[in-house]
Amino acid sequence: MTAVAAARSGVVAGRGGRLLGHAGWALAVAAPLAFLGVFFALPVGTLVLRGFVADGALDLTGFTEVFSRPRTWRIIGLTLAQATVGTAISVLLGLPGAHLLYRREFRGRGVVRALVVVPFVLPTVVVGVAFRSVLSDSGPLGALGWDGTFAGVVAALVFFNYSVVVRTVGAFWVQLDRRAEDAAAALGAPPWRVFTSVTLPALTPAIASAASIVFLFCATAFGVVLVLGGTRYGTVETEIWVQTAQFLDLRAAAVLSVVQLVVVAGALLAAGRARDRRERALQMTAPERASRPPRLALRGPGRRAGDIAAVAVTGAVGVLLLALPLATVAVRSLRTPTGWGLDNYANLATTGGRNALSVTVWEATLTSLRVALDATVIAVVVGGLVALVVSRRPRARARRRAVRLLDAVFMLPLGVSAVTVGFGFLVALHRPLGLDLDLRSSPLLIPIAQAVVATPLVVRTVLPVLRAVDSRLHEAAAVLGASPARVLATVDWPVAARSLGLALGLAFAVSLGEFGATSFLARPERPTLPVVIFRLIGRPGAENLGMALAASVVLGLLTATVMSLAERLRHGSSVEI
Amino acid sequence: MARDLAAGTTATPRAGSTTDAAPGARTAHGRRLAAPATVVAVGLALAGCSAIGADDGGQDATASPGEEGGTVVLVTHDSFLLSDDLVAQFEADTGLTLETVAPGDGGALVNQLILTKDAPLGDVVYGIDNTFASRAIAEGVLEPYTSPAASDDVEQYAVDDEGHLSAVDVGDVCINVDHEWFAQAGIPEPVTLEDLTAPEYRDLLVVTNPATSSPGLAFALATVAAFGEDGWLDYWAALRDNGLKVVSGWSDAYYVDFSGPTSEGDRPLVLSYASSPPYEVAEGATEAPTGALLDTCFRQVEYAGVLAGAANPEGARQVVDWLLSPEVQADIPESMYVYPVDSGVTLPESWTTYAPQPEEPYTLDPETISENRDDWIQAWTDTVVG
Repeated sequence: MTAVAAARSGVVAGRGGRLLGHAGWALAVAAPLAFLGVFFALPVGTLVLRGFVADGALDLTGFTEVFSRPRTWRIIGLTLAQATVGTAISVLLGLPGAHLLYRREFRGRGVVRALVVVPFVLPTVVVGVAFRSVLSDSGPLGALGWDGTFAGVVAALVFFNYSVVVRTVGAFWVQLDRRAEDAAAALGAPPWRVFTSVTLPALTPAIASAASIVFLFCATAFGVVLVLGGTRYGTVETEIWVQTAQFLDLRAAAVLSVVQLVVVAGALLAAGRARDRRERALQMTAPERASRPPRLALRGPGRRAGDIAAVAVTGAVGVLLLALPLATVAVRSLRTPTGWGLDNYANLATTGGRNALSVTVWEATLTSLRVALDATVIAVVVGGLVALVVSRRPRARARRRAVRLLDAVFMLPLGVSAVTVGFGFLVALHRPLGLDLDLRSSPLLIPIAQAVVATPLVVRTVLPVLRAVDSRLHEAAAVLGASPARVLATVDWPVAARSLGLALGLAFAVSLGEFGATSFLARPERPTLPVVIFRLIGRPGAENLGMALAASVVLGLLTATVMSLAERLRHGSSVEI
Repeated sequence: MARDLAAGTTATPRAGSTTDAAPGARTAHGRRLAAPATVVAVGLALAGCSAIGADDGGQDATASPGEEGGTVVLVTHDSFLLSDDLVAQFEADTGLTLETVAPGDGGALVNQLILTKDAPLGDVVYGIDNTFASRAIAEGVLEPYTSPAASDDVEQYAVDDEGHLSAVDVGDVCINVDHEWFAQAGIPEPVTLEDLTAPEYRDLLVVTNPATSSPGLAFALATVAAFGEDGWLDYWAALRDNGLKVVSGWSDAYYVDFSGPTSEGDRPLVLSYASSPPYEVAEGATEAPTGALLDTCFRQVEYAGVLAGAANPEGARQVVDWLLSPEVQADIPESMYVYPVDSGVTLPESWTTYAPQPEEPYTLDPETISENRDDWIQAWTDTVVG
């Protein structure tokens, strides 16, 4: 159904409908804000404030003290350097990957697409062990000498975040109208020229979106930096953890949390600027046309130099960076004390060597799936509302600013330390807002904590697609008398539904793999899969290590399955604009 | 609430797609719809027993005996584990329902207790170790209680005179050695801390960072106890010059760098526990491939105590008594991979054979540790990392 038809049938909607529309928008803003306020701002704010209050009075001397330590500056510098280099390399390597996996067709593409996401959710402690097995002096890449170096940390950051770039940019790229490129080519522009002056500018919003997420992930990376950085490389995040959990120095932790917020806000501002500059309605094609990309041809008359380069880069990334550590995990999961076999997988129905666990791994898997489902629902509802509000471009400048602020605010959870959030929950959620309610012991807190982290990803996935809706369609529908609800249902929803599958998948995947905040809230009798893996790998013995690795493979496969289903969901929804 | 939302969000795209599709495209869509339909079905199935729904049933099922005594909440670390039978017996004996929360371990646990002092997370805590014990007491998170079940063994590890904390278990952090590696290399195994600085053991040792790992801190404390505050940094300088490797966590050291049977590394000396070797004994084998160097150990002590401001202080005291009871003490080695504090308990056979306890481990007064911990870690970092 077209927007115009929708508008015509909605002519009856009068002033009452409009008022209702305003109320609807207000609710769409208020509900997510209330969620973020109670489950993010309140806990984090309370904890940080604690660090600045001494003997009942505000005490900001922590700043001068922490900033006078040379260590602080070194760590801030390292954080920025790691995040910047990690982001740049992820984007550079991710672009050819996005091209190959979304703009070309070849056999096995679906499998590769699903596998690429696996690193994103693997528990950092397992990835740390896998990476170090590869990079340490006795490992296959030991000759590089990257163990415990800056390069090792960056390689691991790219390993985790490569898929974010491939997915975010790829999902956007596939929907770009190819006719502009075809026209440029027909007018005689060489392929590189078409890419730099037509494709790349059109991709900028998606690249900026991906880069900002990756930067936040890199800047707040914790486990992987701790494991791979050795004693020399730390980030603000690891330092907050050390100060909070080891030195019990809340004042220093609070100062560092503020530093982290400033860095994150700066990154968001820069990303927002980059997006704004390109803010315009992009030409999107119907998925029927878009979903038939040309076949990948490396030989014969149809071959393109760009494709060959993309295959070379992506192949190298795939083998060296992604497959090697993943294969290490998979291969070692098959090793048993007596040789090779599936014993470790059979053991997943037990509680581990000498009862390392309180539940079997399968029970933990079920817990994880349930929690992830709840978290996904919350994240998609909250994130969907935010994306919808932020996708609008109000005329009034103040409102436009407000919308942009809302966008940035919902990205913050990606940039704040899990330790701060986890501790904040314990401090702030006993009788929150004066209610006689101890939320700290609520089983709902775990999915909520995971949803807080997943929401920004939902926003970033849905938003570029919604933003690309030509605002003239809204106007045309409104002029023709369609009620705001009608406009939403017929103009925005069909477009948003395309990216919803991906958003669902990402939210589910993030929730499945979340360990940081969960580890502070987990209940011993009902742990999630990553918590169980962490426990198994913390015990000696071939059986426990084998089970930890087998459980990681299960987690990885689960994620890959969810992602490929989610992707099909996207194709299933038919849209005509 | 989530149940309804789940159905709504996943089902809607399907509805939209069928109505919008042109008649000719319907068959193609029908096939593609299989996937979304599966997602919806799986989603609904899971939502039917999602976290919200499941937890009511799960909790209540175990809560049956707890009418008169109410609930007692045990705050502990995530390694806490005891046999279900023991927990059921405790609940039957006391009429209490035991609930556990595990918000963190080591320093994180103590810091959380300090932060939530005004509204405690539970009634009783188990898992504060001797490196954080004094800090917890000084911050006032504990209520004094001396259990009638406390034996001389418990007294021996008392942190203060008022009895804020009762020792429940001990664990020894020791250098572990890969027997096979040394046999093959034809080098005698090291015995003492001093040996580790000898040239024949160059590039053979991997330990963990005291700033990020609790065994790492314990080993640093062992060297303070062994060489004194004046000499321990010189010892570390000698270790550093002898090719010491430092990594951030135990899993990392043990599974990546150690050359033991489950590991792939090239270092035959690793920082681990006295209780690690039995785990490496293959089924049917009579000899352990690894062993602990008993002259290199530091003793970690884990304590339990009643939390100040507990909602159920009587229940909390009963939990402390229970943790010190012979039954729980006997269950501790197999369940939690540490030694019971009660020396009268018979240890499992594999432990007496492959994990003998060091007779004279290094120890330090908890008060001294609390006062100096931060400075020592800083000094260690300056010396070893530079």
